[in-house]
Amino acid sequence: MERLRFWFLAPSRLLMAVLFGAPLAIVFFYGLLTRGTYGGQSFPLTDENFARLADPLYLTILLRSFWLAGLATALCVLMGFPLALFIARSGSRKNLFLHLVMLPFWTSFLVRTYAWMFLLRDTGLINTVLQSAGLIHEPLPLLYNDIAVVIGLVYGYLPFMVLPIFSTLERLDPALLEAAADLGARPLSALWRVTLPLTRPGMVAGSLLDFIPCLGAYLTPDLLGGGKSIMIGNLIQNQFTSARDWPFGSALSLALTAIVMVLLWQFLRRKGESFL
Amino acid sequence: MKRLLPLYATFAYAFLHLPLLVLTVFSFNSSKFTVWEGFSLRWYRAIADDPQLMEAAWNSLLIAIVATAFATVIGTLCAYGLWKRDAPILKGSLYVSLVTPEIVTGVSMLAFFQYLFRFMDVRLGLHTVILAHIAFSLSFVVIVVAARLRTVDPALEEAAMDLGATEWGAFYRVTLPALVPGIASAALLAFTTSFDDYVITSLVAGVDSETLPMVIYGMARKGVNPSVNAISALIVLALGVLILGAERLRSDA
Repeated sequence: MERLRFWFLAPSRLLMAVLFGAPLAIVFFYGLLTRGTYGGQSFPLTDENFARLADPLYLTILLRSFWLAGLATALCVLMGFPLALFIARSGSRKNLFLHLVMLPFWTSFLVRTYAWMFLLRDTGLINTVLQSAGLIHEPLPLLYNDIAVVIGLVYGYLPFMVLPIFSTLERLDPALLEAAADLGARPLSALWRVTLPLTRPGMVAGSLLDFIPCLGAYLTPDLLGGGKSIMIGNLIQNQFTSARDWPFGSALSLALTAIVMVLLWQFLRRKGESFL
Repeated sequence: MKRLLPLYATFAYAFLHLPLLVLTVFSFNSSKFTVWEGFSLRWYRAIADDPQLMEAAWNSLLIAIVATAFATVIGTLCAYGLWKRDAPILKGSLYVSLVTPEIVTGVSMLAFFQYLFRFMDVRLGLHTVILAHIAFSLSFVVIVVAARLRTVDPALEEAAMDLGATEWGAFYRVTLPALVPGIASAALLAFTTSFDDYVITSLVAGVDSETLPMVIYGMARKGVNPSVNAISALIVLALGVLILGAERLRSDA
């Protein structure tokens, strides 16, 4: 058995080592190097790149990323819970409604982000409709701000919230709600005091599944935030392209990866469950 | 409560689906502006006549097919190996690659390729994009196939081997057939993520390997262009047909 297993695992071991481990190791190393005069990176080793993370200019972007990702995640909980509740209580059409939530997730993320540009920009649908209705004379600045970014993030990651909440609702024993009703609880207070607390694991899982990609988002803030609402992902991209400061970009990449890793580790430890 | 919940659900589904529907409707608009003037296929003709776009679409298709084939085979073998016995380091690295932000994966691959190219006479191109796509879709494939493996009874293989099957025979003729639906879902996921990826691709693509998402991104940044609506509608349609077809196949099986 062991020989077969060795050969079965060999390609993925090689792939992960060469195309994932080595690149991350290189970036980690670059984070400790000094930026060359014309870009590039060279010795001596320094911790200056990591020290620069505390620079107010970059710290603002870091904190802003946390704030926007947190806000988007909170909105996903608020919007996702009632939707999951609706699906869980929709009887025979449960599967249809669940598929309707997942369908946009399967279509292109880029196209879905572009759809919001189409709706929100100055010459976009919302402004055009409002203007031809005579409600406004100048287009409203809907695109290229924090709100547009948060809308895009919620739109992109809401399905990740609905799914785990739905599956905890499914596993909920209906007898608990009957017991609550027998003891005199009205439906609303049973929802608040029985269903909601018992769905917490689903909300925690969904929040993690939302917060992690939101924190590292690049495309959404780039397209919907323009240059005005940038997040840490955009800062990294910028360091590797136009700013040509790979050592600092590497330090930022590492900081972001480390944060995400701690979140994942905390989650797996608490949940004691694995996907693999 | 009884009336409020369906009302809210209607609003939520509108939020999820209206943007793409409106986008599709306006891809048939004869005007260049966001005002409805009449039905027309001019934007579809415009994209069919755009050689740059057609080449990019072809590139995207080629990358997605090759990357999916490799990732699905390697990932299935990996899930099976992990099912036999745990391999903590490999498993850990798959988890890490799953949650690493795309932009970080992208820049680290860029740094890696640039480093390699100092010693080799190679440049960024379709091959680097394909390698990157295989690497980032591997963890999806392993997770989906592993989920399917959890429904397989290990005693079946033992029985097959008691009856004289080799290890390979037990895998190939007993467990693998039971995994087919999971492998198909995994391949579909790998294909759609590869076909759609912009962030990693744009960093490791060369001058001659522009993909469809890269062209769409460029057009979207430039400003109003209903052609983007038309391509978007086609992508949504193509992926939708693919997903629904796969779902139909799975429910038949």
